[in-house]
Amino acid sequence: MTPALLAQTAPADPQARIAALEASVKSAQMAGDNAWMLVSSALVLMMTGPGLALFYGGLVRRKNVLGTVMQSFILMAVVTVIWAVVGYSLAFGGSSPVIGNFGFAFLNGVGSTPNPDYAPTIPHQTFMVYQLMFAIITPALICGAFAERMKFSAMVLFTTLWSLLVYFPMAHMVWGKGGLLNAALGGSIPTLDFAGGTVVHITSGVSALVCALYLGPRLGYPATPMKPHNLVLSFIGACLLWVGWFGFNAGSALSASGLATSAFVATHFGAAAATLGWLGAEWIEHRKFSVLGGISGAVAGLVAITPASGFVKPFPAMVIGLAAGVVCYLMVTRVKARFRYDDSLDAFGVHGAGGTLGAILTGVFATSAVNDSFKDAAGKVLPLGLVDGHGSQIVNQIVGAGIAWLIAIVGSLIILKICDLAVGLRVTKEQETEGLDLSMHGEEGYIFES
Amino acid sequence: MKKIEAIIQPFKLEEVKESLKAIGIDGMTITEVRGHGRQKGHKEVYRGQEYTVDLLPKVKLEMVVADDRYEEVVQKLAFSARTGKIGDGKIFVYEVAEAIRIRNNDRGETAL
Repeated sequence: MTPALLAQTAPADPQARIAALEASVKSAQMAGDNAWMLVSSALVLMMTGPGLALFYGGLVRRKNVLGTVMQSFILMAVVTVIWAVVGYSLAFGGSSPVIGNFGFAFLNGVGSTPNPDYAPTIPHQTFMVYQLMFAIITPALICGAFAERMKFSAMVLFTTLWSLLVYFPMAHMVWGKGGLLNAALGGSIPTLDFAGGTVVHITSGVSALVCALYLGPRLGYPATPMKPHNLVLSFIGACLLWVGWFGFNAGSALSASGLATSAFVATHFGAAAATLGWLGAEWIEHRKFSVLGGISGAVAGLVAITPASGFVKPFPAMVIGLAAGVVCYLMVTRVKARFRYDDSLDAFGVHGAGGTLGAILTGVFATSAVNDSFKDAAGKVLPLGLVDGHGSQIVNQIVGAGIAWLIAIVGSLIILKICDLAVGLRVTKEQETEGLDLSMHGEEGYIFES
Repeated sequence: MKKIEAIIQPFKLEEVKESLKAIGIDGMTITEVRGHGRQKGHKEVYRGQEYTVDLLPKVKLEMVVADDRYEEVVQKLAFSARTGKIGDGKIFVYEVAEAIRIRNNDRGETAL
């Protein structure tokens, strides 16, 4: 009811008028929160398509550009259908420690009435569709590790099983009611993960490393040059990721609140500092500031700030970003070169390493001055991280990250084995030489003569 | 008749075309090619991975001219394509046995 309408139809009884006023205020807050959360949902979908699709698409060779963007795009369809059937329910149904139940299967009971456990001021359906966008981008991130060599059928099967066996349990443990690691809703090892550092980035990044090792390097790697074919595409993709990330992190406040603003600010400052961190490291080594270095640094910073975004002030956010820029640079240059795995587009080097670093540093810099939603039984605000004098939170963060690593490694190995036996993981040598665009999809990305 | 084949720096193409046009040569075929002679390539770095690029982009011009004009054309071409640095390119000249204009079967130098 609008305020004007309320004034005209207000009943004489003061109690009834107060009740009507309260209802009106509540509906105004719901409208504001719902508007921001619908925008955030769209922003997070934009991170996958076109953001990540272009970022990855530009980094591969010309013959694989469509195969690579298709990996992101098909997940927008496949994960959505799985989410509707069982995914949302397995992630957010019930209240057991490890995985959800079938209570919300086929989106049963997910309507416009808010779910008070998760987001009391937005329709349950908004919360559901917002969380779906996270479930889409997470497996899409893994695709960077097996780029240019995985069969399309194997990739679809892998990501489907991976969503079921790795993502949904992990999302439930961190965000689901009663989840083992859920700091807000009764977890026994409360881990701070505001927007998905463990759930999204550690699981995808570590699974990416497992994929890279299991599939083996691309034909000719590392002797044959495999330069990115179009860094302009990657640049556009990275900038879309940066903008989309505001929906990812600030949207994780699940309301259009001051906390959302704080997360928005931390996200932006972290990305900026990480850009400079990566570029600085690169300048020390090569005396050049590369565009690829700048955008890689920005993404590394966005990854690392994700778990911390709703818990830290702007300057600690920049410290986290700067650290992520330098550490991820060393991961993709030093560590990858040393161990010679072909994590083709550095999904592990950026998301695995940046996610783990961010998870641990969240335990250092999280403060109740930013987020006072955690309270003890008496209603007293609880300290969060080391800066609040609660150093033991770092241990919880390490345990949470360790569980994400473990699930990702074990889950991915089992699923890769299944896919290998069922359909075979790699394209043939002839198909790999020809490129995924022609061999998997029967089309070419660039046809200049037509 | 002589066929002149010149491999030049891509950024010199416009200058070469203008100078040849000035002496009445406006027929030529151009191909974007890659190659190198004594010129060394350059280094590119992508996320710490170094690549040496030794095949550099060049432009190949091909034209056929009458015998009494080729010396003048070659001199103009070399002058306008020159920077004085390694990588300026090369000119090759061949004898041409016959030329035929497809439209009306003109033969020899009248077909040029």
